[in-house]
Amino acid sequence: MTPPQIDQPTGNRPRSIWARRFHQLGSPPFFYTLIEKLLPWVGALCALCFAAGLYGGLILAPTDYQQGESYRIIYIHVPAAWMSMFVYLILAISGGIGLIWRMKLAQAVARASAPIGAAYTFLALLTGSLWGKPMWGTWWIWDARLTSELVLLFLYLGYMALQSAIDDRRTAARAGAVLALVGVVNLPIIHFSVEWWSTLHQGPTVTKFDKPSIATSMLIPLLLMAIAFQLHYLVALFARVRAEILDSERRSAWVTKMVAPS
Amino acid sequence: MLEFLAMGGYALFVWPAYGATVLVLGLAVVLPLRRHRQLTRELELIAIQHDQSQII
Repeated sequence: MTPPQIDQPTGNRPRSIWARRFHQLGSPPFFYTLIEKLLPWVGALCALCFAAGLYGGLILAPTDYQQGESYRIIYIHVPAAWMSMFVYLILAISGGIGLIWRMKLAQAVARASAPIGAAYTFLALLTGSLWGKPMWGTWWIWDARLTSELVLLFLYLGYMALQSAIDDRRTAARAGAVLALVGVVNLPIIHFSVEWWSTLHQGPTVTKFDKPSIATSMLIPLLLMAIAFQLHYLVALFARVRAEILDSERRSAWVTKMVAPS
Repeated sequence: MLEFLAMGGYALFVWPAYGATVLVLGLAVVLPLRRHRQLTRELELIAIQHDQSQII
């Protein structure tokens, strides 16, 4: 099942290779094929990083002198929290690109990113709660860090509700992009919340200008897990965008040709 | 092994956190893959039916 090659858009002016690449990205059959090719490789790499990160984090890394073994939640909590913000940034940027240039790929990326980002945000909140109970003595407090992260979850859910409420995809993409761009304000609030307001949440351990305040044997698995989460985002995104393209392009010539009985 | 599973007394917090993560991350990949497979089958079926109706 391989999609047929499609003709490149022809213009009178000669285009540079980069301009051609950019225009190819605007063509659904081109990125459908690209995703088909990349998906298994990224998936394998992702599994490898998870295996290495989990082995390092759960088995090799030493016990924390203050928090005992409970600190091992860091290996999923911190990457999930980073990803919750990173994916939101992608959502806003691709939404913005889709808004300005009406690029189908950007709109598809934004639409597909929202539920994945919501999943990371949910995990960050859940694992944080499971870490907070033994360390702080409470599952939840309404402090700046936790509340702003909860707001992030609602931004994702609002975006998703907007997408399913508006039938016309292009209108939904535009409305969603505006919501996503406005919500970007929340990202610096999340990051600096632990410095601006007093909170139970600890300050940044890795993402600061000083040397990270964590032992190398604990830091390496954390970075591996962060890479694994990044790759997981790519895998989930590719899988979603692929299904999305097939659905929205089901009546186009290239899909008909691809699924035609041979 | 038992010592590892006990997580220094924090097993009730560490393992649910890891379990939920595996579940959520797994679903985020498996659900769209399954949707893609179903969609491909559906479209192929439509194509076959279309093909046959043209022969008759």
